Amino acid sequence: MNSIVCLKQVPDTEAQLKVKSEGIGTDGVKFIISPYDEYGVEEALVQKEKAGAGEVSILCLGPDRCVEAIRTGLAMGADKAFHIDDPACDGSDAMATAKVLAEQIKKMDDYDLIFCGKQAIDDDQGQVGVALAEHLGLPHASLVTKVEVADGKAKVNRQIVGGEQIVELPLPCVITAQKGLNEPRYASLPGIMKAKKKPLSPVKIADLGIDAATTGAAGSKTKAGNFSSPPARTEAKIIAGESPEEKAAALAKALREEAKVI
Amino acid sequence: MGKGIWVFAEQEEGNIRKVTFEILSAARAIADAKGEPLCAVCLGKDISALGDKFAPYGADKVYLVDHEALGDYTTDAYAKALCDLISKEAPSTILMGATVIGKDLAPKVAARIDAGLVSDCVEIKLDGDGIVLKRPIYAGKAYAEVTFQNTEIAMASIRPNVLVAAEPDASKSADVENVTPEISADDVRVNIVETIKSAADKVDLTEAEIIVSGGRGMKGAENYPIIEALADALGATVGASRAAVDSGWRPVSDQVGQTGKVVAPNLYIACGISGAIQHYAGMGTSKVIVAINKDEEAPIFGKCDYGVVDDLFKVVPPLTEEIKKLKAE
Repeated sequence: MNSIVCLKQVPDTEAQLKVKSEGIGTDGVKFIISPYDEYGVEEALVQKEKAGAGEVSILCLGPDRCVEAIRTGLAMGADKAFHIDDPACDGSDAMATAKVLAEQIKKMDDYDLIFCGKQAIDDDQGQVGVALAEHLGLPHASLVTKVEVADGKAKVNRQIVGGEQIVELPLPCVITAQKGLNEPRYASLPGIMKAKKKPLSPVKIADLGIDAATTGAAGSKTKAGNFSSPPARTEAKIIAGESPEEKAAALAKALREEAKVI
Repeated sequence: MGKGIWVFAEQEEGNIRKVTFEILSAARAIADAKGEPLCAVCLGKDISALGDKFAPYGADKVYLVDHEALGDYTTDAYAKALCDLISKEAPSTILMGATVIGKDLAPKVAARIDAGLVSDCVEIKLDGDGIVLKRPIYAGKAYAEVTFQNTEIAMASIRPNVLVAAEPDASKSADVENVTPEISADDVRVNIVETIKSAADKVDLTEAEIIVSGGRGMKGAENYPIIEALADALGATVGASRAAVDSGWRPVSDQVGQTGKVVAPNLYIACGISGAIQHYAGMGTSKVIVAINKDEEAPIFGKCDYGVVDDLFKVVPPLTEEIKKLKAE
């Protein structure tokens, strides 16, 4: 069972970010594999183990620091990786990113599953997985919480409003991972050692036949700017009262008369 | 450049998602300023009865795209029907709710028609000729303003429950065009095997106007009935923090937070929830936040509108009674 896993390196969820109008500062911040992508790495490994054979390839578009995240994926058990590290891609939006990843995947053959996270936890756009499937002409399932492969098809559980759905789609297909799909394994020490020897191939857009003008900030169709911090909430009113019952009554009154939400 | 501000009118079994009306209401001013028609585009099966539902919220025109294959949502069928209509009618702008369907359909369509797409926006306005969208990034730790460049069609998905739906004006009318799309069996590659809906009568968290959530302070699954009782009194949906879900007290579908659901209710009552940044990422845009927690140092007290520093087990039941009294008045 051969899988390709798209992985993005992002700031840790606890990271303190410097928010300036021109951009978000991430100096000195700890970076991790975006958690939803990590479910993808784990699922690729699980499916390979269930099938008894196969290869898991990691694909990452990002700067030099991404090597650490890629090596973590290899240490978890992936077999090889491709790192698209080209300054021409800087500032690519989600759609532009999907196009670049698609061109790399078009050069790869014999894969059954492509895993992406449902969204990257920095940009939170949630577009790459679905757009990638479209560019590759493949079916996809999003918000997937379970994958079973049999007879050339993937049978997956996916989240819908107010419940769950089980769908079947032919291989090869794209899966976007949702929380609950699995519990990602920690890289073991032997895994970390082996990862150092696994192939990690750098890729430039010229290798993919991509014109610099069609990618990066200039080649993207959306442009983000004027960054700001979230509006501050006014200071909380701590409800006073001699007893819990009194506080409850005061709160109910405030919600009705002051906040007017009930 | 095309003309037409389109709003994808999401419906399920004839029920139109509220976010459709929120977007139509906000897009009306943009359509006026740009001098373009505002169109509701509704896809489904046997939806002729929905034709008059959109004019009251400002639609000039309604496309009713009706086909057997659109009865249940599949990306392939919906994308085929919508993209064929887009090729034919050439809109300038396509807006959708950032719902489960919207977040799945929008990138598919955007990739197919090579359009710029901005997801999960909380504000939409016009600056000169161009649309400007504001959206949270880093799970709401920051906000970005996003504009379009070099795109024939601008697409965006809008977070539900943030924009305000106008008061419907029943005197308004719209042109209704019936569209029969061409969708063959070969077009649809995904087969729906089974649909499992939980608690059919409960409003989904992402659309709820009031939410009552329980966290680590609940101490066990068996204690949630007091939360459910408060929710019932308020007509609210019950949510949970990650701690409660990871402990197995509540289902994953109840989780509010960065790795759970993002909600934007009018009122969010957090019981026994410390207010970690990852939880706040899921509910920080609630209009009014109430925290009930016996730990006065809990971070949530720095992020709420009303705080009760006390034992939730002693506060929630009397609160439920007070709410019932108020509602009975």
